[in-house]
Amino acid sequence: MSTAQARQVEAFAWTPAVKLTALGVLAYSIYVLAQIDITAERLALGLKLGAKFLARMWPPDLSKMDILWSGIRESLQIAVLSTVAGVALSLPIGLLASRNLMPRIVSTSARGFIALARSLHPVIKAILFVKAVGFGPLAGILALTVATVGFVGKLFADAIEEISPKQVEAVRATGASFMNVVLFGVLPQVMSRFVGFTTYQLDSNLRNSTMLGIVGAGGIGGALFSAFQRFDYDFVFTILATIIAIIVVGELLVNATRKALHV
Amino acid sequence: MSPGSLHIKGLVKEYNKGVPVLKSIDLNINGAGLTAIIGPSGTGKSTLIRCINRLVDPTAGEIWLDVAGKRLNMAQLSGADLRHSRRHIGMVFQEYNLVERLTVMENLLTGRLGYTSAWNAWRRKFSGEDFDRAFSLLDTVGLTAFANQRADELSGGQRQRVGIARALMQQPSLLLADEPTSSLDPKTSVEILQLLRDQGRLNGIPVVVNIHDVELARRYADRIVGMTGGHVVYDGAPDGLSDAMLQTIYGGEGWIQ
Repeated sequence: MSTAQARQVEAFAWTPAVKLTALGVLAYSIYVLAQIDITAERLALGLKLGAKFLARMWPPDLSKMDILWSGIRESLQIAVLSTVAGVALSLPIGLLASRNLMPRIVSTSARGFIALARSLHPVIKAILFVKAVGFGPLAGILALTVATVGFVGKLFADAIEEISPKQVEAVRATGASFMNVVLFGVLPQVMSRFVGFTTYQLDSNLRNSTMLGIVGAGGIGGALFSAFQRFDYDFVFTILATIIAIIVVGELLVNATRKALHV
Repeated sequence: MSPGSLHIKGLVKEYNKGVPVLKSIDLNINGAGLTAIIGPSGTGKSTLIRCINRLVDPTAGEIWLDVAGKRLNMAQLSGADLRHSRRHIGMVFQEYNLVERLTVMENLLTGRLGYTSAWNAWRRKFSGEDFDRAFSLLDTVGLTAFANQRADELSGGQRQRVGIARALMQQPSLLLADEPTSSLDPKTSVEILQLLRDQGRLNGIPVVVNIHDVELARRYADRIVGMTGGHVVYDGAPDGLSDAMLQTIYGGEGWIQ
């Protein structure tokens, strides 16, 4: 065996460091399992409770369709509004955050803002906005709008940084203003990806909007949470089935739209 | 189009401090002829062209563009003044640099962006005069049928024609071309160079072309500028370009037939 081959084989072997790390992770897992006291009896009890819970879900409660419908409608409204507002904000913020078009100071600040918008989980954002603006869908819309800026803004900025500088240079050479360079040299290169990000985010916001109600930020989550608390598991089943159906239908719609728009 | 004239004095460009690519270039370009700049790779031909419309900022020296009775200080201008001056200079690129996802017509209209507000550009609202000129230029370059096709559907030669039409949409006073034929086959190269020369003559504007192909330069240029090592070593008629001079410009002799 030549030295080059020997080196290659060695690279894929378990080095002492890898072995030690694997051993450490395994040891910690066993320690935690012992700590939180999961025993065979506890597992058996859990399964029994789970079976009872599932049994009480059936048949689904179809008597409160008005509550269900108003909650679902609110969730959809929150998802659509927050996507529209968030995407509209992401366009300029993403542009400001692109390091190839903006001076360092501007792009760094914009990227900091985007990172901040992305740092907290949507539910934590929703709690903050409920405290700030009160219960109801407004808090949910604001929370998901910020989440959208954090996500779409970053992807958009990254997409702009990957464009061909040659096309931009040619537009600049005609004497075009910065805005015109953006309109004719930059946007055509990133628009299809931007539409892609938007549909992806609509899908994500649809999902997130169904749980905002748990913290009082509007939507079907509120009805779900109170049904849990009242042990109305048959109504819980109806709500969960509806949410799943809507997410599936939403995804199909989004995919069909993406196909129709060639993105 | 009012013909421009270009006056370059002591132009120096250093990308890295103390390592000049252009070492004091003096060059005057007047009249409607085609000037070919030849020289080995890395000798600063592209840098020279790009300094003229300030896609590259010169380190030292003067670049004056005389246009319609005005003297534009191309080396010093910035901001809106620079943008307004760039409108007088059309540029053709080696790799065409069309906006791939825009149509051929939109690429041509790009040449009018210097005269168009962002609001009108966004709505694709250009004057009837601009559209008329665009269609007449498409006719000139033989691409009328392609007006509404996306630029990325065209062949190399077709793209370069669109690139030239885009530059002419500016109604430039000076036409620059940076290696316009280096990505093209020999037959298309000839056609592109012919188009550049003819359009220069037709509009009465100077055309400055960087080119690798010495034979092509000899055939179409009214004047040849030979560069080597960041200096101009030959400036004159194509006839005067002797084999000895080519050796000075490129070095070696095995490649000269």
